[in-house]
Amino acid sequence: MNPFEYTRAASRHEAATMAAGGATVIAGGTNLLDLMKLEVMTPERLVDISRLDMDDIETTADGGLRIGAMVRNSDLAAHEIVRSTYPVLSRALLAGASGQLRNKASTGGNLLQRTRCYYFYDTAMPCNKREPGSGCQAIGGATRLHAIFGASDHCIATHPSDMAVALQALDAKVEIENATGDIRTVELESFYRLPGNTPHIETELKPGDLITAVIIPPAKGSRQTYRKVRDRASYAFALVSVAGVIEMSDGKIAHASLAFGGVAHKPWRNAEIEQMLLGEAPSQDLFRRVADTLLRNAEAQGDNAFKIKLLHRTLCAVLTELTEG
Amino acid sequence: MKTTLTVNGQLRHLDADPRTTLLDALRNHLNLTGSKKGCDHGQCGACTVIVNGRRINSCLSLACMHDSDEVVTIEGIGTPEHLSALQQAFVSHDGFQCGFCTPGQICSATAMLDEVEAGWPSHVSADVTAKQDLTVEEISERMSGNLCRCSAYPNIVDAIMDVAGSAKR
Repeated sequence: MNPFEYTRAASRHEAATMAAGGATVIAGGTNLLDLMKLEVMTPERLVDISRLDMDDIETTADGGLRIGAMVRNSDLAAHEIVRSTYPVLSRALLAGASGQLRNKASTGGNLLQRTRCYYFYDTAMPCNKREPGSGCQAIGGATRLHAIFGASDHCIATHPSDMAVALQALDAKVEIENATGDIRTVELESFYRLPGNTPHIETELKPGDLITAVIIPPAKGSRQTYRKVRDRASYAFALVSVAGVIEMSDGKIAHASLAFGGVAHKPWRNAEIEQMLLGEAPSQDLFRRVADTLLRNAEAQGDNAFKIKLLHRTLCAVLTELTEG
Repeated sequence: MKTTLTVNGQLRHLDADPRTTLLDALRNHLNLTGSKKGCDHGQCGACTVIVNGRRINSCLSLACMHDSDEVVTIEGIGTPEHLSALQQAFVSHDGFQCGFCTPGQICSATAMLDEVEAGWPSHVSADVTAKQDLTVEEISERMSGNLCRCSAYPNIVDAIMDVAGSAKR
């Protein structure tokens, strides 16, 4: 690990000011320290926000939930309101990492974890995300984990978070405070960027921006699930995953939000398929047409071609599960 | 970087490079070599210790970030003369072969049983709103962050099940 200067921030303002000056923020550290050991990331200064007062989960005036950026993944998954009203979020968190990691990983840090692309992790390889302009060795290489949606000629990496996929299906917003103390909220949908020709710029965060909370509106559907398909039964990243939030009324689908993990540079969402489901009675034929539409523009990258069929089947299975009974 | 930790009930002072992980601080600075370095990347769980009541991977945490925290390592869980119930169960059920992963397994299981007691659900829980019975499937899922290259898993699960069933630790 390269040497660095360590500061424990006494306030959000201090943390944001240091970050604006080039320091790297550390919260749980479970991904950052891993990357620092491998020298994929080599910050010269670390500012520790783990003791800042950002670990509350509160209900909002409109009946939603405000989750502090330092709330640990395990606490969020076990929170009573999350379990009863946003089970898709509990399920997604519990499908990720291990008990030890969830105890350390924070809400903000989970959003900002880096891709697990093998080439990003291997400093002997070129990578446009790690070293802009150096090239992408994943294209034409080993691509089992890689994107089928929204990839570019510069990067085909996927976002690894399960939590973010559930938050996307719940229409979450990210609350951000900058060094001058201004607070803004950004829809998660526009928080993450597609790789384009700047895959090293992954989010809308500017230098000095600090994630302070994630805000989720009241749940729009009571039927929720998160289905994750992976190479082993536990403690592995998603090959594909589906977060679903459905509401039924008189045998028809009254609300549908769907988000997909393991398939793009960000949690993937498709407004057209959600619209196709609205007002319809559930049927296998409908689900197949919806999945066909979702995957119409999917592009395989060699090894990951199986993801197209796998996501089709997983989506149909999730829709069946959530509309039954 | 000056750091003060409470380790197994004792106040310990440390002056180490900020790069020092909690695992290296315990092993190399405080001479508590029970916690093991397996992968050093949070994948194997051999370094699991309990910090402020929670199990974490000590290899993926900087010692300086734990100033004033309370750390329990395998040395604080029991002694050869006074084994904890889980330690005794691992012996009785032959929950190891080479033993390298065992300190992490036992620290992890000790804190995992508290998580179950607190009503935390898991990935395999059918209903995330309900309190879970500790089945073989639940134990396997909740312990998936601790690898055993000798694959003593069935006996590890039996040992944990034994202690969970008897409700004494």
